[in-house]
Amino acid sequence: MSTEQLLQTPLHALHLELGARMVPFAGYDMPVQYPLGVMKEHQHTREQAGLFDVSHMGQIRLIGADAAKALETLVPVDIIDLPEGMQRYAMFTNEQGGILDDLMVANLGNNELFLVVNAACKDQDLAHLRKHLSAHCQIQPLFEERALLALQGPAAVNVLQRLAPEVAKMTFMQFAPVTLLGADCYVSRSGYTGEDGFEISVPADRAEELARRLLAEPEVQAIGLGARDSLRLEAGLCLYGHDMNDSTTPIEASLLWAISKARRADGLRPGGFPGAESIFAQQQNGVARKRVGLLPQERTPVREGAEIVDADGTVIGTVCSGGFGPTLGAPLAMAYLDIAFTPVDSEVWAIVRGKRVPMKVSKMPFVAQRYYRG
Amino acid sequence: MSELRFTEDHEWLRAEADGSVTVGITAFAQNALGDVVFVQLPELQSYDKGAEAATVESVKAASGVYMPLDGEVLEVNPALDSSPELVNEDPLGEGWFFRFKPADADALDKLLDQDAYDRLIKAQDDN
Repeated sequence: MSTEQLLQTPLHALHLELGARMVPFAGYDMPVQYPLGVMKEHQHTREQAGLFDVSHMGQIRLIGADAAKALETLVPVDIIDLPEGMQRYAMFTNEQGGILDDLMVANLGNNELFLVVNAACKDQDLAHLRKHLSAHCQIQPLFEERALLALQGPAAVNVLQRLAPEVAKMTFMQFAPVTLLGADCYVSRSGYTGEDGFEISVPADRAEELARRLLAEPEVQAIGLGARDSLRLEAGLCLYGHDMNDSTTPIEASLLWAISKARRADGLRPGGFPGAESIFAQQQNGVARKRVGLLPQERTPVREGAEIVDADGTVIGTVCSGGFGPTLGAPLAMAYLDIAFTPVDSEVWAIVRGKRVPMKVSKMPFVAQRYYRG
Repeated sequence: MSELRFTEDHEWLRAEADGSVTVGITAFAQNALGDVVFVQLPELQSYDKGAEAATVESVKAASGVYMPLDGEVLEVNPALDSSPELVNEDPLGEGWFFRFKPADADALDKLLDQDAYDRLIKAQDDN
């Protein structure tokens, strides 16, 4: 894709002004890093607060008395009993139980749901929603209308409460309409770094003003997609299209926790989402492969696509995400492995440039999550 | 210190008094790579020109460092094992990669000089 065809977020001019290095990502021209560099941006987010432009992600509003019930036909998650002012992690599944996308769903009250989906999947997700839900609720894409900022790190709450004191009382995964600089925003206490922090949906034409105001606070630095990736990897969080896709199920992706109790085979509203039978069968009978964390036992980063072998050299899996963890101070990876090798501390080897790098299966997250639960 | 020579792959080369040649990557290259977290150094053996002798890993990606001329690697920079960040901090000094004995002592003079290399990176910056 040539640069002329790339889309821009409402903060594009600000990124250039800040000296960002821009790269194509999911059809957008996005900042991969600022002059601070990936390593320092990562550390700054863990120590203070980082501001991320994630406006490329898709925001969609569902409206209607049956919206929650209708959305439950597409996700293995309890939406009907999602309390007002709360957000929940979900995924769209296909008929085979594979994952079409992962998303956040918030209950705004007044029969309104607010969805945030991945940038690369948003057009496909919108078509999927229209195909299956049009008869049951209104579907409003807010792709052009709203920008999305993430303010992440231990100082995020101190910064944001200077603009809106009420955000300090929010706990992890709470979601609320909040007025910031006079603009009607939606704020959730969540993120993709493993740190405490907020995601802020802001009208597109007010996004730059809000971003500049937040960047003017002494604790805040602009953070690019490079550090976003290393932060989420340390936190053990999946990246769609890498750590799961339409041929991996939530069970294989080690996301059973995200399938709500109410929607499981023995739950109050069992099944009723695409691929439920396959997913329940896998839950019952086990799976042949599963996503696990891996720690290289040498300094060599082991990256996506690297083959994993056992002591005999037999291929037993593939790395889906990998790199270097600045907070961990060491390389780290996630891989799909043959189920026999998934117990923690199993010894396996990655093939990197023709050489074997010893790896150990590790529990995740690699760096402790520090969400604010009140 | 003798004059530096350069390759189009953004390596620098310096002829030493004993006839060996020291190799590293340029300031332009380290800036483009970002924070270096690991360097896989070559074995002490002969490599053909263009062979991938070393690999430099940044937080973001792995990049090959190619043998600039036919020759035999005599020594690698042991400091890079524990301090790969030297590649960013001092690319033309403490961040050197390896020293080798070129098969053809005159081949070095055919590589880019400072002016030619400066023009090359200016052309890349303008793109």
